[in-house]
Amino acid sequence: MGFFIETLIGGLMAGMLYSLVALGFVLIFKSSGVFNFAQGAMVLFAALAMARFSEWANHALGGDSLLLANLIAFVGAGLAMLFVAWAVERFVLRKLVNQEGATLLMVTLGITYVLEGVGQTIFGSEIYNIDVGMPKEPVMMLESMFEGGILINKEDFIAALIAAVLVGLLTLFFQKTPVGRALRAVADDHQAAQSIGIPLNRIWVIVWLVAGIVALVAGIIWGSKLGVQFSLATVALRALPVVILGGLTSVPGAIVGGLIIGVGEKLSEVYIGPMVGGGIEIWFAYVLALVFLLFRPQGLFGEKIINRV
Amino acid sequence: MKFRALALAAAISAVGLTSATVSTSAVAQAKEQFFPVLVYRTGAYAANGNPWANGYVDYLKLVNARGGINGVKLSFEECEFGYATDRGVECYERLKGKGATVFQPLSTGVTFALTDKAPVDKIPLVTAGYGRSESQDGSVFAWNFPLLGTYWVGADVAVQHIAKQAGGLDKLKGKKIALVYHDSPFGKEPIPALQERAKLHGFELQLLPVAHPGVEQKATWLQIRQSKPDNVLLWGWGVMNSTALKEAQATGFSRDKMLGIWWAGAEPDVKDVGAGAKGYQALTLQHSAEPNSKVVKDMLEMVHAKGQGTGPKDEVGSVLYMRGLISSMVAVEGVRKAQERYGKGKVMTGEQTRWGLENLTLDQKTLDGMGFAGVMRPVQTSCLDHMGSSWVRIQTWDGTKWTPGADWYQADEKLLRGMVLNASRKYAEEKKITPRTPEQCKL
Repeated sequence: MGFFIETLIGGLMAGMLYSLVALGFVLIFKSSGVFNFAQGAMVLFAALAMARFSEWANHALGGDSLLLANLIAFVGAGLAMLFVAWAVERFVLRKLVNQEGATLLMVTLGITYVLEGVGQTIFGSEIYNIDVGMPKEPVMMLESMFEGGILINKEDFIAALIAAVLVGLLTLFFQKTPVGRALRAVADDHQAAQSIGIPLNRIWVIVWLVAGIVALVAGIIWGSKLGVQFSLATVALRALPVVILGGLTSVPGAIVGGLIIGVGEKLSEVYIGPMVGGGIEIWFAYVLALVFLLFRPQGLFGEKIINRV
Repeated sequence: MKFRALALAAAISAVGLTSATVSTSAVAQAKEQFFPVLVYRTGAYAANGNPWANGYVDYLKLVNARGGINGVKLSFEECEFGYATDRGVECYERLKGKGATVFQPLSTGVTFALTDKAPVDKIPLVTAGYGRSESQDGSVFAWNFPLLGTYWVGADVAVQHIAKQAGGLDKLKGKKIALVYHDSPFGKEPIPALQERAKLHGFELQLLPVAHPGVEQKATWLQIRQSKPDNVLLWGWGVMNSTALKEAQATGFSRDKMLGIWWAGAEPDVKDVGAGAKGYQALTLQHSAEPNSKVVKDMLEMVHAKGQGTGPKDEVGSVLYMRGLISSMVAVEGVRKAQERYGKGKVMTGEQTRWGLENLTLDQKTLDGMGFAGVMRPVQTSCLDHMGSSWVRIQTWDGTKWTPGADWYQADEKLLRGMVLNASRKYAEEKKITPRTPEQCKL
């Protein structure tokens, strides 16, 4: 029982991190109708910027204050993501208002390659470290109740907490602020939103910036766990089943979807994996998402689309 | 509108799918020995692929700085394949027509794909420390050269080392060894050798595959925490290795009970983990990090000091840099050996180089003279043994650097020879290959 609970907790914490990446997809789709395939590349780009700015700032400060170096790096990486947002809007999206969804998806594929290539050209393709003081050693809990106790990974726990706070803030931003409402209006209909005076260009910069900040936080968390390297871009693939399951337009969907996928893949790997040779968690997450789609094609929290003919 | 969308899609697909990009560092010309270089300087494994490629190319430059191979200068061309098998094959197809001396794909997947092509194109495949283990049998695999060691050698030595720490091979009975492996041909390759040893000594082998690229291992390490193996063998590449070490730390599994293959024992695997990986051990493909070796000093003096170094200067002598350098050296020595038979100072064909690789004799004096004293032990190939050596050391990460142990291990030839012959004969039957006789080998 103790091991089951431990696996469950591990899955929930991993799921919270998936939610964070999935949130990037949801934010951009919800507010611009674009399925942003470049979200993983944005995580990589932001993490690379953070790692290298921190390294350079720390060097410039004589290695005296890692905290100050990290703060400078965070601001620098945030500005880099602002530049990315501005460039995407100015050179890509502005020309493609009201285009087919498939066209916009292909464009984000292109942005993926550009961000990965430019990111590695500017910041390098080695493994870089982000040291934000995350604890690496585990803690044991409930040792008297379960044999061997329950092991909690402190780093994952803190990361899940940060992800939860960010998700909460973004939910408030979308639901309670005028900008959030404007974002939702743009998502419904670009031209209609423009006709009532919503500045489309500015809104797109804002939403890509917000997604960039989410990518930055995800990049810091994953980069601290894995080291900053190209593989961070593949983290986005972990979030795809989450958005399939949770629905592309729902912030709560990204959260619940992330938790279900996180728990589902860990339990499947631990309990079903050994029966079929193991290594199933990645594709099993998609199986799980597709099974849900059989019953709710729009995802758990997605909007039901009714087209009148 | 539709045309625009289609054009855009096509353009983006072209960017995405244009796979193998060739960068010409030196164009092959007549009277030059041409070495195609398959590299992955981008993608998920770039951090490991870069130092290998830099070492490989730097050594070719060093040979040129030393006057070439009996006066024949070397040229090379890189082809980026991102560790993707299809792109690796595309690189091979693109470069084979340029007079390729040898191909070294640095990927077991690409090696499997090219094994059928090499005999047709008459280009030898050198796979130093990777590839198909049964390709040691040159009577069947005439064009494959898994020089210096195969994964079966690695698996065998790993068990020997664990047994030594436990107090002897008989002490393995009842123990549990978990293999955490990259779920790919590379990761699966040691399994038959480990199963053979498990049967022989009575230990339990737990198999735990990790999906590419290996960034998600929480479930794997939860299983390790539950099953409590005595030792973990780490058969990973790239980010999988550092992730495994971090998960071991996070689940409290002792790092000094972990032993990695030689592809899990380089600086990129541990430097991000730092002190968290202290005590972790890994096999070496003879060499470890060798910053004080003569060949490295020569490299710095004759190549880097003249501004011709391929990568950063501080990388020279690191583990994977040395792996690339040594892979380059054995190929060069294959050409040199071939020249002894087919004419000194001449450019060798792939077929002639194959003969050179099959008759390679690198004794200690020769190696020491080339600057490899303390780095390598002798290599002697033959028709029946395309590996030429199975010397392995164990290195330990002390939190800041790799330190090689003093003991040298060798794989149990009696045990592995039978496995190699069984597997190679099976392959020969499948592919309808008639194994070469000793007489045919002399030709």
